[in-house]
Amino acid sequence: MKDIKPAILLFIIFTIICGGIYPAVVTGLAYAIFPKQATGSFITDNSGKEIGSTLISHPFSDPKYFWPRPSATSDFGNNPMASGGSNAGPTNPDYLKTVGDRIKVLRDTGVTGQVPADLVQASASGLDPHISPESALLQVQRVAKSRGVSEDVLKKVVAKTTEERQFGFLGQPRVNVLVLNLELDRLSP
Amino acid sequence: MNSYEWLQTIIFFVVLLALIKPLGSFMAKVFQGERTFLSPVLAPCEKVIYRISGVQSEDEMGWKRYAGSVLLFNLVLFVGLFILLLTQHLLPLNPQKVPAFSWQLALNTAVSFVTNTNWQAYVGEQAASYFTQMVGLAVHNFVSAATGIAIAIAVIRGFVRRKTALLGNFWVDMTRCTLYILLPISIIAATALVSQGVIQNFSAYKTVRLIQSTNYDKPKMDDKGNPIKDTADKPVTENVIVKEVTIPMGPVASQEAIKELGTNGGGFFNANSAHPFENPTPLSNMLEILLILLIPGALTYTFGVMVGNTRQGWMLLGVMLFILVGCFGVLQGVENSGNPLVAKLGVQSINMEGKDLRFGMAGSNLFTVATTGTSCGAVNSMHDSLTPIGGMIPLSLILLGEIIFGGVGSGLYTMLAFAIIAVFVSGLMIGRTPEYLGKKIEVREMWMSILVILTAGITVLILSGIAMITPQAVASMSNPGAHGLSEVLYALASMANNNGSAFAGLNANVNFYNLFGSLAMTVGRYVPAVAILAMAGSLAEKKYVPPSLGTLPTDKAPFAIWLTLVILIVGALTFFPALALGPIVEHLTMLGGN
Repeated sequence: MKDIKPAILLFIIFTIICGGIYPAVVTGLAYAIFPKQATGSFITDNSGKEIGSTLISHPFSDPKYFWPRPSATSDFGNNPMASGGSNAGPTNPDYLKTVGDRIKVLRDTGVTGQVPADLVQASASGLDPHISPESALLQVQRVAKSRGVSEDVLKKVVAKTTEERQFGFLGQPRVNVLVLNLELDRLSP
Repeated sequence: MNSYEWLQTIIFFVVLLALIKPLGSFMAKVFQGERTFLSPVLAPCEKVIYRISGVQSEDEMGWKRYAGSVLLFNLVLFVGLFILLLTQHLLPLNPQKVPAFSWQLALNTAVSFVTNTNWQAYVGEQAASYFTQMVGLAVHNFVSAATGIAIAIAVIRGFVRRKTALLGNFWVDMTRCTLYILLPISIIAATALVSQGVIQNFSAYKTVRLIQSTNYDKPKMDDKGNPIKDTADKPVTENVIVKEVTIPMGPVASQEAIKELGTNGGGFFNANSAHPFENPTPLSNMLEILLILLIPGALTYTFGVMVGNTRQGWMLLGVMLFILVGCFGVLQGVENSGNPLVAKLGVQSINMEGKDLRFGMAGSNLFTVATTGTSCGAVNSMHDSLTPIGGMIPLSLILLGEIIFGGVGSGLYTMLAFAIIAVFVSGLMIGRTPEYLGKKIEVREMWMSILVILTAGITVLILSGIAMITPQAVASMSNPGAHGLSEVLYALASMANNNGSAFAGLNANVNFYNLFGSLAMTVGRYVPAVAILAMAGSLAEKKYVPPSLGTLPTDKAPFAIWLTLVILIVGALTFFPALALGPIVEHLTMLGGN
């Protein structure tokens, strides 16, 4: 059993290399080249205090804010400590009722016509920071009424904060809800 | 599919195919002990490692010693991780003060990471300390991947070598794989991922104030932690107002890179590669899919180089690509046409439940087929919420035995077992002695190939049967009806085939899944690995038979078609009844509208 010694020693050596040196090298490179991204892409206010990450959605339900996608995280929606989806199956009656309830909430705010899927179906991460431009435009009427600003102004803000496909072809166009709402608060507090 | 989705899919596959040859020939050099451009830096490190650990690099092993070394090394890895998980509350780098794992969960998790499965019955951001994630889990991501690749290389040597019992030295193969292949690619990939927004730090979790506070009803607990109920037996709740939230941090990018590259799949966070800190942009998403398919794809070229005919490798790659692209097409179709039960409520008819917006439909679906065709098991969408036929696609890719690119190493050696079965069956039909790559295929090779391709399947079917009559296993289902059966079938298929993804609604952290799952992962990993090494041992001892008129050319298109059919027939015969009861019944229920 001359292979016991290499088995144990290689385990220890690779624990040091892969578990210690490798993450340390990556952390060093990350901080040197991309410090903002490495620490979570946070938005800060004028005093330097962190408001939130552009990558992690905040919960919004007030009519004066744009709402993010439904989130199935435990305790409360958009809980960053409990990322995950609903894992609801497509024929589950509870799930269909949940979607129906979400549509009703939207209809009560004056939404008519077909509802974009992303606004009533929960995201995978529960922290999806984006909604589709269609879902943003659908909410313009409500937000405009609640804030007393014109719809045209809001549509311009939505257009300004819409992110296009990466390099023009990857992914899909999307609006970052936190960035959009911060922009709204800046324009009409 | 819109034109953007076509474009990004085509560009993706062009990039993947362009990388196959350079990486494949580089790996062939590494395992044949030739000098590479990394040798000036890494060769001295390699020597030091061998000196410290007492490895005689020229000391080659027969199949029994090779397999024994694999098992011994994996046992050490298992024991190390098991102890770490049970004692993580005593160890450093634990700013969130997370407690130790229960022994059942620690057993399951340790087996899971050692077998390259990365099934996770715990919530990463709540249950694992930075020390566990980095020192415990990341190192297993490297060496479990290296173990799989080393075995595949030993099997290739079995085909190449003549009249010898020796297959190479496991310690050397594993070390070279980690140093020359996995580490350099991971460092580059991790840095690229950080550029897109994947985090990499050791900060404590951050607290931010919400712009608009939120609230929820929290069940009240008594002193013993049991929910308090009122006279009508309803749980008593109190309304909690949330004014600030905690955002988890951690060394994510370093783990993300090897998690995809080594087809491991264990996420830092519960949402895995759907979490914006693991996969923040469409580009990071494409990069992660590329990492998943890269080594399994390139190994087919390595195989071609080592057996002296690269067409043999391209042929295997062609079969893999064909099935992968076909599955992707079906998944795109059903997910884009959506769920009629939801559409009826007045919603746009595509299925966005369990998908994050930024990846787009094609970015989500391509990830799904890549992660289940290989034994990766990372997810960027929730497979539990796919449409019924959509959910059947990843399930079927897993049940085929993880050969559509497959796990690093394990995908190639399992595919070779299928190739041997295909050669044998066609040999029977034309009445010739079957040969593959100049080696006669005889009784021993057939036995071993059958063990390789059927072990996981039989394990899945038996354990699913046991699950259906075990109250605890049934109670874990989160969705009613046929979908519940799909959840259980998926869980056991995922563990037995060392995939690690889930229909994640299933509550897997119960004794049944922790313990039987550990068994399934162990059997599904080591029985095929030892069997294929045994076959390699017998192949290496055979003499070379030059191709004659009666030899079936295995580097031509007809054989590729034949191999594809054999794979699909074996898969369908084994699993059609189970799939009919799960996803297919659910699909019909959905169309029927109730």
